[in-house]
Amino acid sequence: MLTAQASPPQSTEDPPDTPLRPRRRSWAQALRRDWQLYSLAVLPLLFFLIFRYLPMLGNVIAFRRYEPGGDLLGEYWVGLRYFRMFLADPTFWQVFTNTAVIGTLTLLFCFPLPIILALLLNEVRTRWLKGFVQTVSYLPHFLSIVVVAGLILQTVSIDGVINQGLRAFGQDPVAFIQEPGWFRTLYVSSEVWQTVGWGTILYLAALTTIDSDLYDQARVDGANRWRQTWHVTLPGIRPTMITLLILNIGTFLAVGFEKILLLYNPLTYVTADVVSTYLYRVGIVSGSFSYAAAIGLFESLIGLALVLGANSLSRRVAGTSLW
Amino acid sequence: MVGVTRGYRVFQLVNGFVLTLVVLVTLFPFVNIVARSFSGEQEIRSGQVSIWPKGFNLTTYERVMSDAMFWTNYRNTVFYTVVATAIALVLTTCYAYVLSKRNLKGRGLLVGIAVFTMFFNGGLIPNYVLVSSLGLRNTLWAIVLPNAISVFNLLVMKAFFESLPVELEEAAAVDGTGTYGTLLRIVLPLSKAVLATMLLFYAVSFWNSWFAGFLYMDRQELFPVTVYLRNLIAGATSGTDNTATSEAALQIAASIQAVTIVLIMLPIMLVYPFIQRYFVSGVMLGAVKG
Repeated sequence: MLTAQASPPQSTEDPPDTPLRPRRRSWAQALRRDWQLYSLAVLPLLFFLIFRYLPMLGNVIAFRRYEPGGDLLGEYWVGLRYFRMFLADPTFWQVFTNTAVIGTLTLLFCFPLPIILALLLNEVRTRWLKGFVQTVSYLPHFLSIVVVAGLILQTVSIDGVINQGLRAFGQDPVAFIQEPGWFRTLYVSSEVWQTVGWGTILYLAALTTIDSDLYDQARVDGANRWRQTWHVTLPGIRPTMITLLILNIGTFLAVGFEKILLLYNPLTYVTADVVSTYLYRVGIVSGSFSYAAAIGLFESLIGLALVLGANSLSRRVAGTSLW
Repeated sequence: MVGVTRGYRVFQLVNGFVLTLVVLVTLFPFVNIVARSFSGEQEIRSGQVSIWPKGFNLTTYERVMSDAMFWTNYRNTVFYTVVATAIALVLTTCYAYVLSKRNLKGRGLLVGIAVFTMFFNGGLIPNYVLVSSLGLRNTLWAIVLPNAISVFNLLVMKAFFESLPVELEEAAAVDGTGTYGTLLRIVLPLSKAVLATMLLFYAVSFWNSWFAGFLYMDRQELFPVTVYLRNLIAGATSGTDNTATSEAALQIAASIQAVTIVLIMLPIMLVYPFIQRYFVSGVMLGAVKG
């Protein structure tokens, strides 16, 4: 609206049908009344400002020439030079493909398996048994990623148990960690091992909220166990499924940077190197900060677009969304 | 229940089998690593160790535990975890309490500032440049400050504070207690459960973290023990004496790695059975708003 008005800014949040709520205070009044509350927010806000929003601004070095130790925001503008550079970089496209492949595989396994495990757990009638399985399956979630990497390396090493098994069947031992062909399998299966149990928590909670009358009615209608699961249980946990799917899609390209960094080696770069590990090597190890920042910004923007896209898609298709 | 069909009984059997398999597969790597940690190097090298130690001995434990650097780094981890958790807990509590005040002007903005960072972040390079140019390298603050508030934990706490009865605080306000007094004397004593949960969330995540230490610390005596382990599995250090020949270093690597892994897991494994349910309740609390 272009017409100049002297009226105070209109609040957009207040629904007009709640006249009993106190009128919106001006900032001056609010500050005078709640200054103690606001003062509690000062340090956290400083944290967000410095350690979350300043780095977002810091991305301008993707458009500027940055010299380590020089001006924090770079020396001079170079426009889209670094973006053109990585779009023309064959290694970038290779790591981008790897990211998409590993991300897709992870989504394909790490999203449905917790649902299946939750459904199976839900059928266990013995309380202590159910609790025991849950407790055990959550355990890997509590470990440091370094410990997990150590466990993986020990398990698949030449003298590890998997090769013991192979030898028992008369096969030659495989140096899994040096074979590009095995990296994705290792990555995804260890990801499943680590996350599947923990992933069941929200589904199990959702399962307990399903109205048991629905099951009775389904049984009256002649539905067997399987049909009950299909027509009552699954629709019952659908909102949870969609929420977690959106979150999973949003982080789909942010594949486990730390784990890959710990597990890969130059021999497996072909299949293991992902965008984030590549930009780590380009930026931190080789010192091309501006170039790496351009790659990182590109990655973050894709991530943001994925969350927003998945959210609006699910709002339109399924009627549920995160916001 | 009436009418348990044969098909369902078969399903229960299969289900029991599948879940047993899940338990075994989950536990196997732990059992294996413990077995390796107590085994002789020769037996590990020749691929004999699976779930039971072969050539039982404690020499590797002695060797790792007599490594001064291991203990220095272990102490660092304890120290970093304590300081970082304390600071994170205070900041998160303050902000969550502010966010839980429904009538506060600007609340939506304050929530938005936090939540937006869940979906978009500056990325590795700008963070690295920032932390470096703030002069935080090789200090504890490089680990503490950039991770001082986890937005997920913040939302869990906010949900908890919102669930407290408003009347209590109003009564306190009528009695003339200020905001600080209400928070300290009324709200926090009622929030012991969520405080414990947050304490565990933060403590476990700081205990487990390695990347900040790896990225921002160049001096070995400042590393957290997770970086010690990462250098061990990356082959960057041999664990004990650097004078040994590379062949010998390779020879001792497997059992030393196993012992180090066990020693780093140990504290978590010991408290795990007691803290597990707090984690579950915390996750549920965070999900309530979803």
